[in-house]
Amino acid sequence: MVRATLKSLLARKVRLLLSGLAVVLGVMFVSGAFVLTDTLGRSFDAVFADGFSDVDVNVAGKPKVALSEAEGEQVATPVPAAVLEQVKTVPGVAEAKGVVNADGARLIGSNGKVVASFGPPQLGENWLGESDLVTLREGREPRADGEIVVNAALAKAAKVKVGDRVGVLTLAPKQEFTLVGVFGYSGGRDSIGGVNEVAFTTPVAQRLMLGEPDVFTSITAQATDGTSPESLRDAVAGALGGQYEVKTGEQVAADASASLKEGLSFINKVLLGFAAVALLVGTFLILNTFSIIVAQRTRELALLRAIGASGRQVIGSVVLEAVAVGLIASVLGLGAGIGVGALLAYLFGKLAGGLAVAGLGVPAAAVIGAFSVGLVITVVAALLPALRASRIPPIAAMQDVANPDRPLTRVTVGGAVVTAIGAGLLFLGLGGHAGDNTLATILGGVLFAFIGVALLTPLISRPVVSLLGAIFAWSVPGKLGRLNSGRNPRRTAITAAALMVGIALVTGVTVILDSAKSSISSLATDTIKADLVIAGAQSGPRPPSFDPAVLDKAATLPGVQLVDGEYGDMAVVNGTRTWVAASSNVAALERIFGTKATAGDISRLAPDQLLLSSDTASARNLSVGSTVTVQLSRGDARTYTVSGIYESSQLTNPMVLPPQAVRDFAMPQPIQGFVQLAPGTRVEDVQPQVERLLADSPEVTVVDLGSFVKQQTSQLDTPLRMIQILLALAIAIAVLGIVNTLALSVLERTRELGLLRAIGLRRAQTMRMITVEAVVISLFGALLGVVVGSGLGAAVVRALKDEGITKLVLPWSQMGTFLILATIVGVVAAVLPAVRAARINVLGAIAHD
Amino acid sequence: MTATVGQQAQAAARASDVWKVYGSGEAQVVALRGVNAEFERGRFTAIMGPSGSGKSTLMHCLAGLDSVTRGTVMIGETTVTGLGDSGLTKLRRDKVGFIFQQFNLLPTLTAQENILLPLSIAGRKPDPAWYDTVIDTVGLRDRLGHRPAQLSGGQQQRVACARALVARPEVIFADEPTGNLDSRSGAEVLNFLRNSVREHGQTIVMVTHDPTAAAYADRVVFLADGEIVSELIEPTAETVLDTMKKLDTPAEVAN
Ligand SMILES: Nc1ncnc2c1ncn2[C@@H]1O[C@H](COP(=O)(O)OP(=O)(O)OP(=O)(O)O)[C@@H](O)[C@H]1O
Ligand SMILES: [Mg+2]
Repeated sequence: MVRATLKSLLARKVRLLLSGLAVVLGVMFVSGAFVLTDTLGRSFDAVFADGFSDVDVNVAGKPKVALSEAEGEQVATPVPAAVLEQVKTVPGVAEAKGVVNADGARLIGSNGKVVASFGPPQLGENWLGESDLVTLREGREPRADGEIVVNAALAKAAKVKVGDRVGVLTLAPKQEFTLVGVFGYSGGRDSIGGVNEVAFTTPVAQRLMLGEPDVFTSITAQATDGTSPESLRDAVAGALGGQYEVKTGEQVAADASASLKEGLSFINKVLLGFAAVALLVGTFLILNTFSIIVAQRTRELALLRAIGASGRQVIGSVVLEAVAVGLIASVLGLGAGIGVGALLAYLFGKLAGGLAVAGLGVPAAAVIGAFSVGLVITVVAALLPALRASRIPPIAAMQDVANPDRPLTRVTVGGAVVTAIGAGLLFLGLGGHAGDNTLATILGGVLFAFIGVALLTPLISRPVVSLLGAIFAWSVPGKLGRLNSGRNPRRTAITAAALMVGIALVTGVTVILDSAKSSISSLATDTIKADLVIAGAQSGPRPPSFDPAVLDKAATLPGVQLVDGEYGDMAVVNGTRTWVAASSNVAALERIFGTKATAGDISRLAPDQLLLSSDTASARNLSVGSTVTVQLSRGDARTYTVSGIYESSQLTNPMVLPPQAVRDFAMPQPIQGFVQLAPGTRVEDVQPQVERLLADSPEVTVVDLGSFVKQQTSQLDTPLRMIQILLALAIAIAVLGIVNTLALSVLERTRELGLLRAIGLRRAQTMRMITVEAVVISLFGALLGVVVGSGLGAAVVRALKDEGITKLVLPWSQMGTFLILATIVGVVAAVLPAVRAARINVLGAIAHD
Repeated sequence: MTATVGQQAQAAARASDVWKVYGSGEAQVVALRGVNAEFERGRFTAIMGPSGSGKSTLMHCLAGLDSVTRGTVMIGETTVTGLGDSGLTKLRRDKVGFIFQQFNLLPTLTAQENILLPLSIAGRKPDPAWYDTVIDTVGLRDRLGHRPAQLSGGQQQRVACARALVARPEVIFADEPTGNLDSRSGAEVLNFLRNSVREHGQTIVMVTHDPTAAAYADRVVFLADGEIVSELIEPTAETVLDTMKKLDTPAEVAN
């Protein structure tokens, strides 16, 4: 029996391979995700282990505001220089150094643009001399305040050489230095993990990177021979008291690596999410393939039953087939996943500016994930067809069975119930009634909705397919094709449903993002009364910033009526973290942003006063006159009095601090500037003058309000594009499904096709018939996808109404494109099956059994 | 006129007052009306009758492939009527063999694998001596590794016969086994079936339209309109033809 199963499997290897391909792709995503995160994780470990290789003990201040990797670079509390002297006296310390080392040193390249980072920090530091790790490749160390050295990768990226005058942006606006040297790392490396470094003399580094003299980021110590790092750590900690974080170098490396890996787990989750979509689509396809194969094998299975096979043995044989397909697909998928994971890790390394990627490793999670997912999905998908197979009566072996049309009542009722559950979950999730499980509830709702709609499709398919087919019914082959696509509603439905999933997700996501974009941009253009905006596009963890002097100079330009610079920082306010803003010109709140006061006075701010949005005020139970304690990234906590409350909107910040607070922000420079012109002044007259003021602030540009809004909202385009690319894969899998279903249908109808040819249907007509069938199926799938996607998207948009997404934008042109694409896809998918159908040998087909 | 047959010998299969009604209301078809028949051990019985007379239906009911509307069917000591799926499966495994007119073999398996399939489904090993005897009787030793598509119709049918025999079932049912074959391959298959009855005591029930084929049997049962109307012992092609002619005339008058 096992042998009979395997032989029949071999005889159908092509069609099983096609359906197995969907599983292969899903498994590839799963194992690829694990391989990628594992490889990158080990690469980071190596980077940090390297960076702290000659540090035995590290002393650092506790950060005032702890940030996660996604929120930006955390500002460490500086360690006073006196601590360095104290550490030097601890017994067991051979050598101790004060290290200045902070993110945010942006070098301006020879093209006048800042060398951008897409993730790795841009460190500004004090030059500590050469070591086992660091060696000067050219020039000498920085001796004077106007001199710097940079690492080789940065020199290459900026296209600067020793002797050049180069600009650097730090906490202070642009300053010029002479590049006196270029350094590299052991092993001939230009950078460690894509990190770029600008090294100043110690006093300059302290002033520009930490904002105060005589402080360090950390103090590193090396132990004397015979002292272990751990015992030295305890000794130093004992000497300093509990005010500082004292760790061994190994510990610091591990902690730093762990915090980066947290960011990686996000990538992992995204990839696994797409794997889930691919697998969902794959499940539909496998279900379909096995159903068709079981239908085709009816006589064979009945024969087995007639000669004594039990129902359970028939189930076993179908499931065994599934296991074999699942195993093969898992192996192939795992192989492909390892390849993809390695490739992505390599690309990531390149993009991150030369991260040395660790050797390829296959974590157990990748293997376990691949096989469990591949096997489980295939077997689950094959169960239903297997059950159906076991119900084939042995007598079917002796009859010419046309598969009877089973009634659709049960599927339809089931579909309605499942759809209702999905809708219910969506309602709960989107309505915010699911508490902590909101995301899971929404995802579950989407999944149920898809399966429910898929179950309903057989019923819908009858009228819709016949309507779609009517377009082609003007010719005999068209008419036959239309009848064929309507003749097995379940098969048509599942094939179309597979296509629906991908298209619905893309459409849904587009509806949500387009609606958000349009809502925000119309709100911005309607409310912001600025004619020019100074801003830049953010690429790394830090928003672009510019010289605050530009604000004052711009204010004096003829025709300029009002100028406002916006600053931001993550702060701890009354014990909870929140984003705070500061404005160089508080009056702008009313005059530029049209914000209305709900209490107090919002037109001015004393140095010890702040303003709150109405939402923040009510959430924190504060009112005018309340006092709040604010701990910014730097400096000490301060107490402010609430002097005014303004109406919240999509565009307002939770709270606004006076300009005097800015010097304690992580970035004490403005990140956006708004310029209002006097009535009658032309934008074109003022814009070039502001541009000239920004010559030393290469991270930003000045644009009119419309362009600014477009620039801001277009930040949503990147995630949209990524989602579309990844979901295109789900759509591609579904297209494979159409090819597969058609190919199987053609095989199944060999006899009928031969008959048609025998009575005079020409080859071309045969091909047209198959093509019409394919186009009808794929159009049906696309139509379902567009409708379901718009529905899901609209539901989400409605739920986000309170979040300010007030407009519902349906991507009509994209939906139209999908329908046109579906037509093309149908034609393409039909090529092979159609050729095959046209080649059918008329005589052979009629004798076909 | 209902035939009563060989009560004295032990019956391998028996139908007692078997009725089979298909459909209901307007579309109702009575395929069998109270059939009583016994098929003795070690005998070769042919069932004949006009098209639509219920031959296949009777055979399906006897073999437990189809349920009867009324009456009882027995195979050996087993009452087939009322058996559940597992009982029927066991029956097919141990007690009955089938030979069909067409689609008899799994196209993906070789001749040998096809022959051994019922045994491997039941998880049994073939008796090597008996297997050799069967293979030699069918004369397929040099074709065992071939696929059905590489065999002629007659050879395929001989493979199907070997498959039915190798499990030594209580009774083999054959529905027009020679219907698709020319007279020479048909004769080969029929000789082979008769030999297995004469030499190895196999019981065979065969449905056929062909008087020459029926002449290979020990006995012929005639069906008309779902009833057994006549029978012949030790038939020859002529006596069978005569009986068929006789049966045709009253039937036409009755219409
Ligand atoms: N599944 C079925 N549903 C309804 N009627 C049926 C079914 N199977 C057989 N019949 C009817 O029962 C009667 C007997 O059919 P059966 O197949 O037994 O005839 P037969 O004697 O084998 O004919 P033939 O020599 O043509 O094979 C016929 O009238 C037939 O139409
Ligand atoms: Mg018949």
